[in-house]
Amino acid sequence: MSTIVLLIITGLGLGALYFLIASGLSLIFGLMDVLNFAHGAFLAIGAYGTWWAAGHLPGAGPAGAGFLLAVVFGVAAGTLAAVLVELCVIRPLYGRHREQILATVGLSLAVPALIQAIWGADPLTFPRPELVSGTLPFLGVNVPKDRYLLILAAIAVFVALWLFNSRTRYGLIVRAGVQDRAMVTALGIDVRKSFTLVFAIGGAAAALAGSLGGLYFGVVTPTQGMSLLIFAFIVVVIGGTTSLTGCAIASMTVGLIQQFANYYTVAGLGDIAVVAVLAVVLLTRQGGLTAKKSAERVA
Amino acid sequence: MSAPAPLLEADDLHVWIEGSHILQGVSFTMPGRGVTAVLGRNGVGKTTTVKALLGLVPRTGRITLDGSDVTGLPTHTIVARGIGYVPEERGIFAALTVAENLRIAERRPGDPRYELVHELFPELRKRASQPAGTLSGGQQQMLAIGRALLNDNRLLIVDEPTKGLAPRIVREVADAVATAAESVPVLLVEQNLSLVRRVADQAVVIDAGKVIHTGPAGELLDDADRVRSLLGVARAATDEPTDGRMDTT
Amino acid sequence: MMTDTDVAVHDASGSPKPPTVPDARRRRSLPWWAVPAVLLVVALSLPFSTLYVPGLFHGALNSPSTLHLLALCLIFGGLATSYDLLYGRVGLLSFGHALYFACGAYAAALLMSVLNLSLLWSALIAVVGGTLLALVLGAVSLRVNGIALAMVTLAFAEAGSILVSRDPGRWTGGEEGLALNTETIPAAFVGVVNTVNLYWVAVGYVVVVLAVVWWLAGTPVGRVWQGIRANEQRVAVLGINPYPYKLVAFTAGGGLASLGGVAYLLVNGGVTPGITTAEFTLTLLVMVALGGAGTRWGPLLGAALYTYAENRLLQSGGTFDALPAWIEAPLSQPLFVLGTLFVLMVFFFPGGMVALPGRIRSALGDRRAESARKVDDS
Repeated sequence: MSTIVLLIITGLGLGALYFLIASGLSLIFGLMDVLNFAHGAFLAIGAYGTWWAAGHLPGAGPAGAGFLLAVVFGVAAGTLAAVLVELCVIRPLYGRHREQILATVGLSLAVPALIQAIWGADPLTFPRPELVSGTLPFLGVNVPKDRYLLILAAIAVFVALWLFNSRTRYGLIVRAGVQDRAMVTALGIDVRKSFTLVFAIGGAAAALAGSLGGLYFGVVTPTQGMSLLIFAFIVVVIGGTTSLTGCAIASMTVGLIQQFANYYTVAGLGDIAVVAVLAVVLLTRQGGLTAKKSAERVA
Repeated sequence: MSAPAPLLEADDLHVWIEGSHILQGVSFTMPGRGVTAVLGRNGVGKTTTVKALLGLVPRTGRITLDGSDVTGLPTHTIVARGIGYVPEERGIFAALTVAENLRIAERRPGDPRYELVHELFPELRKRASQPAGTLSGGQQQMLAIGRALLNDNRLLIVDEPTKGLAPRIVREVADAVATAAESVPVLLVEQNLSLVRRVADQAVVIDAGKVIHTGPAGELLDDADRVRSLLGVARAATDEPTDGRMDTT
Repeated sequence: MMTDTDVAVHDASGSPKPPTVPDARRRRSLPWWAVPAVLLVVALSLPFSTLYVPGLFHGALNSPSTLHLLALCLIFGGLATSYDLLYGRVGLLSFGHALYFACGAYAAALLMSVLNLSLLWSALIAVVGGTLLALVLGAVSLRVNGIALAMVTLAFAEAGSILVSRDPGRWTGGEEGLALNTETIPAAFVGVVNTVNLYWVAVGYVVVVLAVVWWLAGTPVGRVWQGIRANEQRVAVLGINPYPYKLVAFTAGGGLASLGGVAYLLVNGGVTPGITTAEFTLTLLVMVALGGAGTRWGPLLGAALYTYAENRLLQSGGTFDALPAWIEAPLSQPLFVLGTLFVLMVFFFPGGMVALPGRIRSALGDRRAESARKVDDS
């Protein structure tokens, strides 16, 4: 019983991480048809930004409010990077989807290499503030505190995105643009402004995932982003791009399957089980990310 | 007939789509009042002409709106100069509610003409919180037209509003177009000749990517031989709205 | 749905093309085999040349280190060409090509070390296995299109990568990888003195890949591929189901990649999980786009240059020492340099290197036409 509770909480924690990455990915992909390989780079920038700030930024530190400031710094760095990527790389290639993807592929190779050039390839120990060290009992089971933090952060981001979608004009434009971008421009709306916005949102969420992932894994490495990104892609395929709730459910499902399969079978098989689920989903239904979105838009 | 300064002027529009030369030099002018109908058989480039005007397809040529050249402007800027657009496929956002579909069209916040829209289409008020994808075809068309009427535009472009609708709905949509035409110039692409006869002042006939005839709409429709040769319709339109659709083969 | 502006503006082949510009005139008509024949002769004569090219290679052309580098360039050239069969010729964006390459290499290595099979049998079984794997996974993946296909193939390849590096069955050697079992392979492939034979293997592989890809592209299947690449829906409207044609490309590409895996295993003397990763497939994409997707020589050229540059950048430790540390550090990371160059290339040279001569020609042509028009006007 206690194992199951622990696995559930840990799986949800991992799912929370996936949600932070996948929500931005699916926004960007849904609105702009850009499969953003640079998303892993935003995550790495967030993680290393937080790590660096905890050690060097005045006022920031490895514990307490200082750590919070470090996370804010990391998220700001990731957001800035995302905005710059959209403005300098994606925007000039507007309308050329394949070139946009290729450019993000180039960035996904170059940015981790740059990070490696500065801080080395070895894992760096991530600061762990008092507040999230140790465990906190849940249903009589000692659960590491960082899991709660991950889940809370994902819930906060979910609520924030939901409010953005339903309460703001930009949210309305983004939701409409995901369905029919050309019609949004035909209503006299400059849809490109919202492109920068979704990149900023996606970059911020990914950078937050980087910071929290540092807590979750205890270390940061330059290539951490890429492996997380692949599972986030799977989440996007399973959850589709039109619904935030679908993305959240798919994230949690993937996280839970991975944890349970990894625990009850051989380590590593859980990751493969997720891919098997993806195959089953593809074979059994034609929903989510299919027909319309993909058929015409790429090339 | 004296010619006031045209509202819209298309000069030598060419469009290539995937190697096909769809528009081969479309030129026409549209006066600042009344309804100008764009006529022609299926697949001759009527919808492409409309999309070219709005910059929704890449094109060469020159487009002038109210005396200023808008050719190089992006679609949203052209539209923001005061165009309401009802596309052929209606362009409804299916996952958004009816109210949201209207709200997204509000151009200057605080100035939308909801009373007008709701008066024309009471259904839209009743179904405000319903996802637009669950509306019937006719209701979606009303939403599309209502969305275009929400702003005080200087030009309305309506592409085949009665296409695929039941006869009863056709009449309602036709009434709405006629009402709209009282206050704003309309560029109307339409195959339903009885609707054209009822509302159109001017006619522009397109065939094989070129304008082959322009002139008063009534004069054209009264001449059965011309209608047959230009539009390929077996007989001229009657007054019954359900009749008189052009040969669609 | 309305016609999407973006898609309309840029069709599959890149830019809108008003057909008013006359096609660049065909220059001297050589028989089609002239260029391949000359290149093959050059490739075959390299090992007999003691020429020393200062700056380009460390040793003479026939020195083992140079031949080894050239063999790697050729193998990745063949692999990139097999990837381009999907990407450039059919327009399928797969991010899982590394899986089939790794399948060939790992399967052959395991068959030789665990079952002590001969090289020939191991190679045969590995290639057949890789082809079947491509057939099965392709049959599933191709149910979706475009970006979803990219994500799905990526996911399958990631599963393979995890399987290899976590090594739950204690077979693949995990992060260490597998060394070639030197007892089961012919002596002619063992040892530094025999590097030249490995070079022949690489040349043979490239010849096979180019022959298969070019031949397929010329068949009726290849013409359907062209149609799919230009506009899949139009092909479907013509009553042709694109699915089996795409599956043929996917399977053939996967089979050629697994053959490349076997060749790589020999040349490299072993295999590490690095070739299973998503990054590896991404570098294949970079190679193809660098050279020119969907062209005869582009993928080979791009891959050879990429491999050469990566190796030289890795070896060039010390070259940048004179520079300040903050410049030197990034420049010593080949992936940073290549990734950045690639982004710049996407911007400034879409179409890759093989498109460059044409671009230059047409730029010159434009200028000539311009001046001709001026003459007319005056």
